[in-house]
Amino acid sequence: MSRQEVEHIALLARVGLTEQEVERFQGHLSQILDYFAILEEVDTSGISPTAQVIALENIFRSDVASPSLPREQVLANGPQVEEGCFKVKAVLE
Amino acid sequence: MLLMDYETVIGLEVHAQLLTRSKIFCPCSADYAGAEPNTHVCPVCLGLPGVLPTINWQAMEYAVMTALALNCAIPEYTKFDRKNYPYPDLMKGYQISQYDAPLSRDGWITIPLNGQQKHIGITRVHMEEDTAKLLHRTPPKAGGETYSLVDVNRSGVPLMEIVSEPDMRSPEEARQYLIQLRDILLYLGVSTGNMEEGSFRCDANVSLRPVGTSQLLTKVEVKNMNSFRAVYRALAYEVERQRAVLERGGTIVQETRGWVDDKGITVSQRSKEFAHDYRYFPEPDLPPMVFSREWVEELRARLPEFPQARRQRFMTYYGLSSSEADVLTASRDMADYFEACLKALGVPTSKGKGHGDILPPLDASGQKRAKSVSNWLLGEFSRLLNATGQDISQAQVTPENLAQMLNLMEKGTISGKMAKEVFEEMFRSGRSAEEIVSGTAYTQISDAGEVESVVERVLAANSRAVEDFRQGKAQALTFLVGQVMKESKGRANPSLVNSLLRQKLEVQDEPSHG
Ligand SMILES: [Zn+2]
Repeated sequence: MSRQEVEHIALLARVGLTEQEVERFQGHLSQILDYFAILEEVDTSGISPTAQVIALENIFRSDVASPSLPREQVLANGPQVEEGCFKVKAVLE
Repeated sequence: MLLMDYETVIGLEVHAQLLTRSKIFCPCSADYAGAEPNTHVCPVCLGLPGVLPTINWQAMEYAVMTALALNCAIPEYTKFDRKNYPYPDLMKGYQISQYDAPLSRDGWITIPLNGQQKHIGITRVHMEEDTAKLLHRTPPKAGGETYSLVDVNRSGVPLMEIVSEPDMRSPEEARQYLIQLRDILLYLGVSTGNMEEGSFRCDANVSLRPVGTSQLLTKVEVKNMNSFRAVYRALAYEVERQRAVLERGGTIVQETRGWVDDKGITVSQRSKEFAHDYRYFPEPDLPPMVFSREWVEELRARLPEFPQARRQRFMTYYGLSSSEADVLTASRDMADYFEACLKALGVPTSKGKGHGDILPPLDASGQKRAKSVSNWLLGEFSRLLNATGQDISQAQVTPENLAQMLNLMEKGTISGKMAKEVFEEMFRSGRSAEEIVSGTAYTQISDAGEVESVVERVLAANSRAVEDFRQGKAQALTFLVGQVMKESKGRANPSLVNSLLRQKLEVQDEPSHG
């Protein structure tokens, strides 16, 4: 796996990597991909894609509203809180 | 240089919040309008680790109903997927949405265009969850901190996405499509369809291409349009902007542009990082859904007939012109009145199912009657409604009364000219055509003796007004005239009433000689 690919994945995952870590993960991720390459050798042509491994379907709840959390609890873990909201860095559209 | 002629190509993506009581994956109330920030929030919609979502059945039913109304196919199998992207309005770092197995595909609706109907394809309708709301704060003075506040109330509200094919060829077609689509959602009662409040949102893909080619040029996504008018203006602006770029020999950049309403322009928005790297994968916390065909058909049978379908049926079945059908189906009350009237005339009315079924047309005599009812509704009836500022639901003439009048015309009892007068009288008094025509009701009473007896009854019953008149209050006479007219059901000759009243009041003025 290329350096750029590792850096891209790290960015998507919002993980900061040092130079050494980038090199190390190049190796690790390549190994994982190699392993999947082995799995890909299995003939799955007669098997429909699996989206779920739990043997369940049609699990629904009825449309009933129930009380939410008190706001203090909602905001309790927010690093910064203002006007009853979570405060985050500027997001410009 | 010869300027090339370009054709506009527009596709729309609509997001509509569904009117469920609770959110799509948790039981928080979905009715957050006006609520304090972060008061409709639980661990699920807050995206805390270890929680499990559960699908709200009502949201799925509303979405499937909508998809059926949009003539979509409903596959048996559907599932939710995770759409990953980092943004502070997304509590979990992903949005639960639908990717490769949406709940519906391949539908269409029609829009009115130059007196014709144009098909607009619907690519798909799928369900997802709404995101949290970001409130941007800009400091009053330069150098201050700019930041955003997150209100999670909206997170997890059921959001239905409706994607159209790039079938619209002008901003006006796009506006018409939105109007028809919103009408259908309102008719179904699944959404408020309110653009200004953000419960009905629209993004557009706009591109141009040389006329006569099917070549697809670079498309631009336009966002931030908060009203039907804004959609029209933004698209018209964007089309002209692209045309100008192409005519200068430039190329269109694939980008997202935001509509700035007060400036009347679209501006390039900084593209979100990795906007197209969503890394969709099946949502492991939600089992897939399998919709039985019986249930889908049951839902289809429950759909109301939509204005467009009804309009079509009025044309094919009753043989009305497109402009007649347009006006008759513009309001549900008018269309209902039309059919009630035909029913009273003994014309077999056919209840449409609302899916563009082509019914065999009615026989010639039935169509002739339908045409006649339509003429009356669109002619005299509408004229009187407009003149009195009434809606058809407030009119005193019942469909049965109108039918009765048409029967009298058909039998030759009244002429077409008389019918107009009779109808006006029916409209004014609410009396039936037969009552009016039989003469007793319609003819004016000019017999002095007959009017006199009414005048005497009125005077005896209104001693207060008589007293007022004697005191010199002239308007008391007007009141008494009104009472006599009312008592005689409008039939007494007004000038006779006037003179008889004056005569009586003056006589009573004299001292009694008893
Ligand atoms: Zn919740």
